[in-house]
Amino acid sequence: MPYKLTVNGQPATVDVPEDTPLLWVVRDVLGLHGTKYGCGMALCGCCTVHINGEAARSCTTSIARAAGKHITTLEGLSENGTHPVQVAWQEIDVPQCGYCQAGQMMSASALLAKNPHPTDADIDAAMDGNICRCGTYLRIRKAIHKAAEIAAKQTKEPAAAVHS
Amino acid sequence: METTLVSRRSFLRASVIAGGGMMLAYYIEPMEKVLAAQFGPPVTLLPASFITIAPDGVITIIAKNPEIGQGVKVMLPMLIAEELDADWKDVRIEQGDLNPAKYGLQIAGGSTATPINWEPMRQLGAQCRQMLIGSAAQTWNVPESECTTTASRVHHVASKRSATYGELASKAATMPVPDPKTLKMKDPKDYRFIGHSMANPDIKKILTGKPVFGIDFTMPGMLYANYEKCPVFGGKVVSANLDEVKAQPGIRHAFVVEPSGDPSALVGGVAIVADSWYQARHARDNVLKVVWDEGPTAAQSSELYATTSVEMSKNDPGQTLRKDGDADAAFGTAAHVVEAAYSYPFLSHVPLEPMNCSAYFKDGKLEVWAPSQTPASGVGQTAKTLGIDQKDITLHLTRMGGGFGRRLTNDYMVEVAVIAKQIGVPVKLLWTREQDMAHDFYRPAGFHFLKGGVDADGKLVAWRNHFVTFGEKGRFAQSAGLSGEEFPSRFVPNFSQLSSMMPSGVPMGAMRAPGSNAIAFVMQSFIDELAHAAGKDPVQFRLDMLANEPLPSAAPPPGTPVAFAPVPFDAARMRGVLTTVAERSGWGKTKLPKDTAMGVAFHFSHRGYFAEVAEVSVTGGTNVKVHKAWVVGDIGSVGGINPTAAENISQGAVIEAMSHAMGYEIVIDKGRAVQSNFHQYPPLRLTQAPREIDIFFVKTDNPPTGLGEPALPPMIPAITNAMFAVTGKRIRSLPLSTQGYSWA
Repeated sequence: MPYKLTVNGQPATVDVPEDTPLLWVVRDVLGLHGTKYGCGMALCGCCTVHINGEAARSCTTSIARAAGKHITTLEGLSENGTHPVQVAWQEIDVPQCGYCQAGQMMSASALLAKNPHPTDADIDAAMDGNICRCGTYLRIRKAIHKAAEIAAKQTKEPAAAVHS
Repeated sequence: METTLVSRRSFLRASVIAGGGMMLAYYIEPMEKVLAAQFGPPVTLLPASFITIAPDGVITIIAKNPEIGQGVKVMLPMLIAEELDADWKDVRIEQGDLNPAKYGLQIAGGSTATPINWEPMRQLGAQCRQMLIGSAAQTWNVPESECTTTASRVHHVASKRSATYGELASKAATMPVPDPKTLKMKDPKDYRFIGHSMANPDIKKILTGKPVFGIDFTMPGMLYANYEKCPVFGGKVVSANLDEVKAQPGIRHAFVVEPSGDPSALVGGVAIVADSWYQARHARDNVLKVVWDEGPTAAQSSELYATTSVEMSKNDPGQTLRKDGDADAAFGTAAHVVEAAYSYPFLSHVPLEPMNCSAYFKDGKLEVWAPSQTPASGVGQTAKTLGIDQKDITLHLTRMGGGFGRRLTNDYMVEVAVIAKQIGVPVKLLWTREQDMAHDFYRPAGFHFLKGGVDADGKLVAWRNHFVTFGEKGRFAQSAGLSGEEFPSRFVPNFSQLSSMMPSGVPMGAMRAPGSNAIAFVMQSFIDELAHAAGKDPVQFRLDMLANEPLPSAAPPPGTPVAFAPVPFDAARMRGVLTTVAERSGWGKTKLPKDTAMGVAFHFSHRGYFAEVAEVSVTGGTNVKVHKAWVVGDIGSVGGINPTAAENISQGAVIEAMSHAMGYEIVIDKGRAVQSNFHQYPPLRLTQAPREIDIFFVKTDNPPTGLGEPALPPMIPAITNAMFAVTGKRIRSLPLSTQGYSWA
């Protein structure tokens, strides 16, 4: 049956069985490939998206549960990679293979939206559901602090941020 | 005991049944030979194959090797651009398709990219630079020797003329390709890229979710496939309810595939092809019922291997890998003798991107989009399985969501090719995580029965290792071997390295730092035991061993290609990294908190010398925390060619070592893998990662060598040796989680 949802600010209607995971709707129906499949059991976090602003694992969220909600994927974080988390990830040169990083950035951006100045302990708690098989954890921690700094600067100087 | 005996009988029966058939086929060649076989006939690399300079000055450089996250997609072009003397802002990097006739060897494995390509890639850049100089010299009618270059520009200083590479490119293309012997290469002090951090060319795409990985590939009209195999290794399909599967929504095809006879290429199974992957998976999970012929491996288990290894250790060894002096006699006169049995389990690679591949078969030709570490061998196996010519296969390399050695084997490529040929439309095959863990080519388990003796002065005088491993008829299973040269070989006067083999139906293969990832744990832990028995400091005991005059090295097997020939262990280089890591970590000088200690280990592999220290606490007897780790490596004259990537990958090696130490274990029961997903096979998580991992490279006057693998092996014993220093309990098997330990 058809389900309506909002993905990255755009309304979408998808006609898939009710148990179809949001992950496969996003990837194979809507063609947004940033969100990754890693385990299918909410264990690795590489399918992380925001559902109404909360970080959620799309591989175990059925379309029936996602219907009517606002979904943000990595592609919706910014138009051209200018979200503070993306800028920080580039500056710190976080990725090795890069496969988990969409999920890492979605968890990190959800954290920063609620907690603009997270401590190391806050970061550990928020990021524990995201596996990085290459082991970029030290850079992820560093990049989240960096993103917090960048975001703080943008809040102070909003005009500069838009044009940077 | 009765169970053991029964199991042992069925084990022996199984090995007799399987001796000449299916199981033996897993004993494919050692990885060095597999990699070497990809060389093919020697190829003359031409600058025009790798470098294109447009009139507007844009320089496109081909990255020929597969990218698994090791950073080779920027590293090889850096070598070209350095000697080309390009302006980096002009450089665009493109992934090359598979084309060995044009690009030479294209593999990601064995930390070989640097040692193999260091000279030829720089040479290509230098040749192209010389052709640009030749073009300018002709245009200006001046001697080439008076021309110089800076950042994408040729100058003739005397006449104050200069031109951009873009302006000179079309004429340069007509110049003869210079003889490499005539080229003057840069003085390393003038390097602008080598040894300087350069950006990952895919980073923007990764950070904005653009399709770069194999799993992201799509094309119009593409269908999606899943391929279900027998959970028991080597099992075959007897029958399947294909009609019920085909009746499910979205299912286009369901058919049985017969095995090819080469289990590293194609084992039998059921292909399900649907409009969407989730439909194929849903049918597989909820509807598909297969009757399997499980075959002889169903009688095998990890427990049986362990029991058998103990029995075999009591018998005479099957092979003598090296013998110096008389270890058995020396034990009789040693002041302290230590005996210990060490073991480690099978491991799965678990790259985060599960196995996948896309293919389109049309008019007798196959096009493949492949995440593969060894694409050429994949094409060879695919051609053979499909019965088509290799030249009728076009292969595009995709970025990979990790490799770690899993994608050295191309079974998933052959599977999608068979499916594509059957259905005639574009198709993407994707395995589930459970299939990925159930059908790996696992890091082999292994069993070491060790005896060591130190004299009254605390000097190591005797060493005997009986290594019980997997193999048959004198051939080790892949990555299940041990070299007679493995340290402490050559540094102990009475030394016996021995092995015995048991057959197994478990598919095995190379995993990041193959062999070394397990052997370092055994050797460096037992050396630590001997240091303790000798009453010596673990660093000093190792330095004393390394101060011995080494016994002669054995000659490499005939016909080994130079790039893969074993390199003799150089004790001076190891002393250098060991001394440095002791200094950087404050070994023996730092006052550590309660329940906290440092552990040290070193290992030589893939031409790299690494010594590492871990600062670890064990609280409440079982709660383990790695507070800080120090990695010191000697990989030649440059350190890391791309320092940002070198630091990242070395820190990643520590994180991976921690996963090996604590959580990774594949148990075989009834001929199948017990663990199925990350809840049972946990990679390290961010919370558990150390706050700090110090990476340092000692630069020595040696050619640059690879870094993907050699940083990993020493960290496992560094951690377990530190745990011993805290608790007094020696860790002799992995993983720690099965012995009651967990991360604090």
